[in-house]
Amino acid sequence: MIEVKNLVKRYGSVEAVRGVSFTVQKGMIYGFLGPNGAGKSTTMNIITGTLAATEGEVTVNGCDIYEDPVGAKSAVGYLPEQPPLYPDMTPNEYLAFVGEARGLRGDKLWDAIDRAVEKTGLGEYADRLIKNLSKGYRQRVGIAQAILADPEIVILDEPTVGLDPRQIIEIRDLIRALGRDHTVILSSHILTEISAVCDYVIIIAHGRIVASDTLENLTKQYEGKNYIDLTVRGDESSVRRAVESIPGVEEVTVDPKPLGRLHVRIAADSAADIREDVFFRFADARMPILSMEYEEVTLEKIFLELTGEAPARTDSAALSAEVPADAELAEQPEPDVSDVPAPEPEPPQSAKPPKPKKSGDDDDYTPLFGG
Amino acid sequence: MSAVYKKELRTHLNGMTGAIVIAFLLLMVGIYTIAYNLRGMYPNFETTVSAASFLYVLAIPVLTMRSVAEEKHAKTDQLLYSLPMSMTQIVLAKYFAMVTILAIPCGVICFYPLILGSFGTVRYSTAYAMILAFFLLGAALIAIGMFLSSLTESQVIAAVLTLAILLLLNFMSGLATLIPSSAAASLAGFLILALIAAVIVRIMTKNTTVAVSAGVILAAAMVLVYAVDASLYENAIPRLFSALALFDRLSPFSQGLFDVTAIVFYLSAAALFVYLTVQSMEKKRWN
Repeated sequence: MIEVKNLVKRYGSVEAVRGVSFTVQKGMIYGFLGPNGAGKSTTMNIITGTLAATEGEVTVNGCDIYEDPVGAKSAVGYLPEQPPLYPDMTPNEYLAFVGEARGLRGDKLWDAIDRAVEKTGLGEYADRLIKNLSKGYRQRVGIAQAILADPEIVILDEPTVGLDPRQIIEIRDLIRALGRDHTVILSSHILTEISAVCDYVIIIAHGRIVASDTLENLTKQYEGKNYIDLTVRGDESSVRRAVESIPGVEEVTVDPKPLGRLHVRIAADSAADIREDVFFRFADARMPILSMEYEEVTLEKIFLELTGEAPARTDSAALSAEVPADAELAEQPEPDVSDVPAPEPEPPQSAKPPKPKKSGDDDDYTPLFGG
Repeated sequence: MSAVYKKELRTHLNGMTGAIVIAFLLLMVGIYTIAYNLRGMYPNFETTVSAASFLYVLAIPVLTMRSVAEEKHAKTDQLLYSLPMSMTQIVLAKYFAMVTILAIPCGVICFYPLILGSFGTVRYSTAYAMILAFFLLGAALIAIGMFLSSLTESQVIAAVLTLAILLLLNFMSGLATLIPSSAAASLAGFLILALIAAVIVRIMTKNTTVAVSAGVILAAAMVLVYAVDASLYENAIPRLFSALALFDRLSPFSQGLFDVTAIVFYLSAAALFVYLTVQSMEKKRWN
């Protein structure tokens, strides 16, 4: 339905979107997830023809958004971040305007308006001036506008912002209902919202897509997984020999570090707590464990790591500035000072970049979603 | 297109702008008619309308100020961009809605010669030719106002900008007489225009190299032409200014002449600024 290829948008020297590509299939609800300023709105504006991309192409229903904008736009209903309402009109007048502009006339137009008003629960507010409506009802008018002409694709940019909890639930139900006979793209920076309604999640951060999969797969792949980070002294092959046979271990990554140390990251099934096994295996193999950190991974944590990661990785100045500090520490009598983590192994609550303590070697962290 | 047209028309009529413009033009043209034709007992309605054309300086900014600026300010332009119609259609719909508002007082004014005719001899053909030219002048000025409104997000800035430009256009022929007509002075004037052109290029393209080279090429061409034949520059700037004086194109009509060039001039000015408005709206998508 929608094909987006290598989308780039530059505002002056700022790159808001850097090479976004994805495909949208018919009849699914897509969630666009990312922190504020990640490029969600810009991408949506480009898909709907509101903005022009600096590079890349967008095809909607086979119509290129630049070559056949009218064809592409008539298949899409769009609610921008700020609902585009005329305050001096009533919702009915406003919807009549949008419907006519989208080519509806006469009975068809009024049927469509009645349907949209009913679906969004505008009811008694349909004849009040929009400027007298509360934020939540304005948002509903905006959604009514997007679904009015029964477009094949409905794109909603943060549709539940400013609504009260009851309205949020209503709007989510509405979106789920829309998903039955429309393709819906929904953006949000709220994870629970996406996981509540979407079939497919696209996580975007710093203008790039960092993950894109069905919600089931994402959950299956990551939510049920725990990670153990270890620093051991030893060699890679014996580490692998010691660890890989433990039941429940799914993946082991080993990165050599200075002074004969290895950073080992073990991904394990959450059903089994393998920390004791790991300890005894290394003890048997005479490989001292210098540090061990246990983290439980939830979808929320994945999101925070993915969306917080990019600046740390691209901020080469900060990294290079930290390298000498690390080297200096390494020359001290106790060489492992820089690697011993703070004594609490709780998963971090904030969106801080993963493993900030391992300054200097930005390659030792394997991105969960393959970059 | 008709949907946008209807919406715009309703906005002008429900909001105050349309009513203010219609009422103001009718009131003032009425006062002019009383003063010139009824009290002054002057049978020539063309002169009245010609004098009343100054009212556009005040009326047009009120009509055009919100046309595009308010859409940008309220972010409703995002809706217009996402509608399945071209920007040309949207801008034309907005333009025709404003022209329709202007047509209302012009239509009412059409009755005045008939009323005057019951008191004496009125030359209807020249009077109606004048009203047509008056209407087309207004249509051209609306296009200018709409273009200026598309440059900003603020209605106030749009209104002040339009007022200033219309005042300048109104005084243009007077200004032309103040400017020295020698070839050297005209060259200096054109060099300043080249500089302004370079600045505009810089703003539009954000590319200093292109802007500087455009300015240098323009200036060099002008100096070259001056070196070859300086007489070409004789009186050039005053002539340019007079050519741009939209309001003064009415004067043949007030003398009872039907000046086709003026009609063409007004229509081309309107088309040019409608086109520029479309470009200005399109540019916003590319910024």
